[in-house]
Amino acid sequence: MRRFIEGSHAMAEATKLCRPEVIAAYPITPQTHIVEHLSQFIADGNLNAKSINVESEHSAASCVLGSQAAGSRSFTCTSSQGLILMSEVLFCIAGMRLPVMLICANRAVSAPINIWNDQQDSIAIRDAGLIQIYAENIQEAVDLIIAGHKIGENPKVMLPVMVCVDGFILTHGMEVVDIPSQDKVDNFLPPYNPPYKLDINNPMSFGLLGDPSVYTETRYAIQKTLEDVLQIIPKVGGEFNDIFGRSSVGLIEEYKTSDAETILVAMGSVCGTIKDIVDIQRNKGKKIGLLKIIAYRPFPQAEVKKALSQAKNVGIVDKNISLGSNGALYSEIKSILPEKIKVNGFVAGLGGRDIKPSTVEKIIESTEKEENPCKFVDLNEELLWKEFKTV
Amino acid sequence: MKNYSGRSLKQFNMEKEHLKENYYVSGHTACAGCGQSMAVRIVMNTAGPNTIATNATGCLEVFSSKAPQSAFGVPWIHSLFENSAAIASGVEAALDQQGKKDKINVIAQAGDGGTADIGLQALSGMLERGHDVLFVCYDNEAYMNTGIQRSGLTPFSAHTTTSPSGKKSSGNPRPKKPVVEICAAHHIPYSATSSIANPKDIEIKVKKALQIKGPKYLQIHVPCPLGWRSESSLSIEIAKQAVNTGLYPIVEYEYGKLTKVRKIPSPKPVSEYLKLQGRFKHLLKNQEEIAAVQKVADKNIDYYGLK
Repeated sequence: MRRFIEGSHAMAEATKLCRPEVIAAYPITPQTHIVEHLSQFIADGNLNAKSINVESEHSAASCVLGSQAAGSRSFTCTSSQGLILMSEVLFCIAGMRLPVMLICANRAVSAPINIWNDQQDSIAIRDAGLIQIYAENIQEAVDLIIAGHKIGENPKVMLPVMVCVDGFILTHGMEVVDIPSQDKVDNFLPPYNPPYKLDINNPMSFGLLGDPSVYTETRYAIQKTLEDVLQIIPKVGGEFNDIFGRSSVGLIEEYKTSDAETILVAMGSVCGTIKDIVDIQRNKGKKIGLLKIIAYRPFPQAEVKKALSQAKNVGIVDKNISLGSNGALYSEIKSILPEKIKVNGFVAGLGGRDIKPSTVEKIIESTEKEENPCKFVDLNEELLWKEFKTV
Repeated sequence: MKNYSGRSLKQFNMEKEHLKENYYVSGHTACAGCGQSMAVRIVMNTAGPNTIATNATGCLEVFSSKAPQSAFGVPWIHSLFENSAAIASGVEAALDQQGKKDKINVIAQAGDGGTADIGLQALSGMLERGHDVLFVCYDNEAYMNTGIQRSGLTPFSAHTTTSPSGKKSSGNPRPKKPVVEICAAHHIPYSATSSIANPKDIEIKVKKALQIKGPKYLQIHVPCPLGWRSESSLSIEIAKQAVNTGLYPIVEYEYGKLTKVRKIPSPKPVSEYLKLQGRFKHLLKNQEEIAAVQKVADKNIDYYGLK
């Protein structure tokens, strides 16, 4: 059913359709409405799940670790500081091969404290072993939540999935969204039936001490599984399309790239703005396109390389910065492209600063003229330390 | 992808008739005379096969679960130091949602550091939310697994590697954190202490706790020969002296009220306890120092009405 709906509400509806059995979350600043809606669904008898109002994000992640290990489909969501506080547990959830679903409303990380959007939080835990998929709009968020369960819970995968949605822009914005019917979701997503769980009839020990004789192989197993996930995501995307009629679930999306000389690369909601600019500049005869990264972990190297192989100029937009190095996407992509392609890295939209059409235009201009690994866009010169001023 | 079955050791030991009903079996790597290991066996065997156990990081987790083996014959899960109570909360919620809670005990386990220090917040959350979980703290009074560092449950004047005795120090300057009372202050159905000095007492309290629906806390005094610098063969004897001197009061709280204490009509002087352990060796030549520890015992005796 198509509804004009707030992002958090839509994501709560999508989560409800996936029939979670245990939900644990903590309202750390910043907070979204996702858990509030889920709590109301339970209170009204519209969702049969246990909700645990925990005392921290660390315990939220720990509760869903325990409930998923006990065999129940489990859900949590967070952002920013909350995600960082969870990070210790997230490594465990992945290491213990438990397909918890987590929505990350992407927001900046302190200090200074800032509740607005960028993608520093999820990027900071990219090495944890979670599958990370990024939504461009609210519809995609809904779709990735539903598909994400099927990807993570595949018996060959059994890894947590983090659906990343830009804070405020997607969580508090409103769109017309197709909320699928329960029948269709039930048809797509079977009940959670794990190959292992805490079971008194088949006692197992979870989370053992892995000394040097076994530890490496556990990491190797996750790495190999994530390589397989690069095949599984498009497969699940196909099944999703068959049932719901949308091709939103995949590794990447290529927007007018086939003949493009200049290609921008980005993740999340900024892709919408970039697509508009691409259209405007295409109308003026410019050969330009966008490569949208949906799956950041696992990173689809081959697909990205192929999509950019014919480009002359590549401009990569990062809403994050690995301080002392470059933006995360830039480093990821620069390392796999041939020397002949000019690659620029841009850091933009940090701490909720808008990436405006004019910002994107500046990025395109620089991409075609210069070659910088890490250019901050839209800096306010007045705020810079004297020695850092450029004019 | 592999989760190692906890059955490997158990099946091996099943051949030995006397170990048939064991849900925590020998073959693990605990030190000789480890009080914690003895207590775990009593707790697990009292709880029986319809139990799921969670575990904080610490000695117990390390010596009982080296992949690919596990000493636990019941489903068991460990992930981190501070979250045994939160993992147990999640397990309990899942079992409740699956309609299995009434048939299965959930026992959260941690050492004193994982309970009184880094795990206290998660424990308080579990108690406050009313989860039907028995939390067992094996109190060996320091971070033994990492090299005998002081915890919030390290007793007054004990020498540890981070509260060493020296020319200007008599060891740990603070008394034990009153965790059993902190838990009782949540007005939970049951909060109690016990000691490996009296295995039957542990059994009775575990049984009692598991019959109560809601959050329960049990703190068991478990000597650690390595950290206490004591003879392995004396662990039970030392635990008895801790109780008999009043330094480890055996108490029970129900719904926030002190309902029962183990009486010690003629308390032993604390020196009887201190002299058995290297961690108190620095006190023994100084009567003033011994008197200071005696004060702690006297205060306990008075406060809990142990006489």
